[in-house]
Amino acid sequence: MQKLKKYAASKAGRDTLISFGIVIIAFAVMQVLRSFGMVSSLLESLLVPICAYVVMAVSLNLTVGILGELSLGHAGFMSVGAFSGIVAATCLNDLVPFAPLRLALAIVVGGICAAIAGVIIGVPVLRLKGDYLAIVTLAFGEIIKNIVNVLYIGLDSAGLHFGLLQQGFTLEEGGEMIINGPMGVSGVSRISTFTSGFVLVLITLFLVLNLINSRSGRAIMAVRDNKIAADSIGISTTSYKLMAFVISAAFAGMAGTLYGLNYTTVTATKFDFNTSILILVFVVLGGLGNIWGSIIAAALLTVLPEVLREVGDFRMLIYAILLIVMMLFNNSSLKARILEKRGMKQMEKAERSGKEGA
Amino acid sequence: MAMLEVTSLGISFGGLRAVDELSMKIEKGGLVGLIGPNGAGKTTVFNMLTGVYRPTDGGIRLDGQNLIGKKPHEICKLGVARTFQNIRLFSGLTVLDNVKTGLHNEISYTLAESLLHLGSYRKKERQMDEKAMELLRVFDLENVAGYQAANLPYGKQRKLEIARALATDPKLLLLDEPAAGMNPNETGELMETIELVRQRFGVTVLLIEHDMKLVSGICEYLYVLNFGRLLAEGTPGEVLSNPEVVTAYLGE
Amino acid sequence: MSFLSHLISGISLGSIYAIIALGYTMVYGIAKMLNFAHGDVIMVGGYMCFCATVYLGWPSIAGVALAVVVCTLLGVVIERLAYKPLRQAPALAVLITAIGVSYFLQNAALLIWGSSTKSFTSVVGGSPISLFDGQLTIAPVTIVTVVICVVIMVALTLFTNKSKAGTAMRAVSEDKGAAQLMGINVNTTISLTFAIGSGLAAIAGVLLCSAYPTLMPTTGSMPGIKAFTAAVFGGIGSIPGAFVGGILLGIIEIFAGAYISTQLSNAIVFAVLIIVLLVKPDGLLGKHISEKV
Repeated sequence: MQKLKKYAASKAGRDTLISFGIVIIAFAVMQVLRSFGMVSSLLESLLVPICAYVVMAVSLNLTVGILGELSLGHAGFMSVGAFSGIVAATCLNDLVPFAPLRLALAIVVGGICAAIAGVIIGVPVLRLKGDYLAIVTLAFGEIIKNIVNVLYIGLDSAGLHFGLLQQGFTLEEGGEMIINGPMGVSGVSRISTFTSGFVLVLITLFLVLNLINSRSGRAIMAVRDNKIAADSIGISTTSYKLMAFVISAAFAGMAGTLYGLNYTTVTATKFDFNTSILILVFVVLGGLGNIWGSIIAAALLTVLPEVLREVGDFRMLIYAILLIVMMLFNNSSLKARILEKRGMKQMEKAERSGKEGA
Repeated sequence: MAMLEVTSLGISFGGLRAVDELSMKIEKGGLVGLIGPNGAGKTTVFNMLTGVYRPTDGGIRLDGQNLIGKKPHEICKLGVARTFQNIRLFSGLTVLDNVKTGLHNEISYTLAESLLHLGSYRKKERQMDEKAMELLRVFDLENVAGYQAANLPYGKQRKLEIARALATDPKLLLLDEPAAGMNPNETGELMETIELVRQRFGVTVLLIEHDMKLVSGICEYLYVLNFGRLLAEGTPGEVLSNPEVVTAYLGE
Repeated sequence: MSFLSHLISGISLGSIYAIIALGYTMVYGIAKMLNFAHGDVIMVGGYMCFCATVYLGWPSIAGVALAVVVCTLLGVVIERLAYKPLRQAPALAVLITAIGVSYFLQNAALLIWGSSTKSFTSVVGGSPISLFDGQLTIAPVTIVTVVICVVIMVALTLFTNKSKAGTAMRAVSEDKGAAQLMGINVNTTISLTFAIGSGLAAIAGVLLCSAYPTLMPTTGSMPGIKAFTAAVFGGIGSIPGAFVGGILLGIIEIFAGAYISTQLSNAIVFAVLIIVLLVKPDGLLGKHISEKV
């Protein structure tokens, strides 16, 4: 008990407890509500996407909040994860009849493929800085969307067949087209469940929070705060940038698989620039570097537009206005003054404690 | 053999020759000053020693090992640490975490252990905490260990930067104007701390300074730089009585 | 001959990108923000001209004038309401606000004009010019687009380099605080920049819809992103850079579509951007600023 109290007092410990607390309580409440049939079909349909978006937001927070680099193409990694995961799940259909295990394997494949994409993109991109880096991630996101849009993958007894731009292969009898160019995938068995989404969220939180509170996490944040100083104390800034970027991509891929296997049809255009921006909005509104903030923002903002359906055509307009108002409020002079005061207090305290010490 | 050997070091930016034909020798355990008027190229020398800039010509050897062409983080691993003229802390991290980041290569565990918090994670983190607190105590910063670095007053930020550099367990410590912006009291305190650090950690120190008092008070040997060239070298007494040095500092 | 024809359409499309990119680059130069709502101002310009000519029966030139006036005001209002309060805020906050403004404009357009596409009649009349015995035809709007683009580029260069307001603009983009101390009214200068940028967006919108006559609430998004890419490509903040970047991007897009694959033309455009930035991290004509240690 004593130990727990001490843990909760540290900032890192508090963040961890809050993050897990929110997720576990939310899951428990939803399960109870569901067992009483009190969850609308609309909300029911949103449960898995919420889990996927939470993982997306947490993973993007790793790039934007912890590493401090703006990425505008995070949906690209989600796309890679979704389609590679779907291919994996389809291939494993007969081999692994137990759906949760098949899903888990597909998620691992999705994560690995997205991580590979992360390395391919990260190596060139991370040499750039600031807005240039942002625009190149945007470009990569669009390239991934375009390529998946002309990708054909089929499966028959001879194995997987790939085609780019046109099908370019014929399948044996009984073979199955998995990805069909612009039409995407269709007829996939939906194996993602709320429980699996919940587990993925927990795993993500566990790993990401652990990473932040570790030697590697500190190195990543050091690179964010001052690259030159980080270099000067022996941190290989390029490797830690890449590490954060690739881990972030891997989680996005896993979220993508979870998301993809929640629908019977998925097309490449689902993971476009707007999706990347949507996730970025979660991260910024939840607070940069604030993991539980990302969780709440992702969940609320996924539900919000659906709740706003009540007001019909005006819903997206209201969403836009809310977004602007929230940003203005968040950065208003009022809030800045409060924060400044808090910082000043700490400074004064530091000054005083120094005098006492001397 | 000297610990640090700099031979005919030079660098050009475009057409500008910022440092030219600079040779220095620093013995192990020494406390040496690099002085000179504004724009003489002192910080540029530090940037070359730490791999931030690649010299156009000349050589740098630390304990006989070539440093030219090495990346800054590699040079740090070989035993050179530094502070910056415009303080560069990790402002979002706590004071303690700033020093723990300095221990990055000293106390190390794998990425898997980072992600899972298994294996030696707990033991190594505890070691880091202890060592970092020990360093903070030397600089009288242990009371503010949990504060965000950005919220420290200026003088403490300077000290924290030195503590962080020492955490990397350097053989050679480069201090870039450590007393800049400090009042005479703080400067005096800092001189003592630098002396203490040198004895306690057995580290060789090269410092850039404007403050003549600080320089003549603690340095054993001085190099004077003017317009990128070595103007004079010697003990503080010799150098400060050198008429050329006086002219360079005070103008014609 | 088809090569020449593709080249001409490339230059024409590139001229539209260049006009949008010029606005982008000016706003970036002064406000240091990625104004993602810029593309949607294009769309508003298109709708304004459409309303004036179709609903009100105004002549084309009056329609263009209305579009420019409305967009100029819109740009200034957006800056005052949404961006000005955030001048001290982190860059990301401004970026998200810009995205909010972009959503707002798109959805407002959706409510007003509906989601069905409007077919836009070109503001430039006349029959196509036929060359080489009809092997090569050039639409008048193509020529007008290129000419307008060049005129705008030259005018903007002269304006920023020679006029007092232009000098103020450059000063503010270098250092707001110092500019203010020199007696420059920073707020007015920023408003003026947004006004010019948005006015250009209106012209680009009309030209875009004249060349590709479908108008819907999302019309501006992709051209906006492409023009932004063009501005970065040429070196963001640089006026000649935006011009060169825009033209090159248009040509690459048309050629990639014609000779490689229409479906991959966007991917190729973005791939070229990436390669250019890896070789020249500050764009083709951008200034390099290195951090002082």
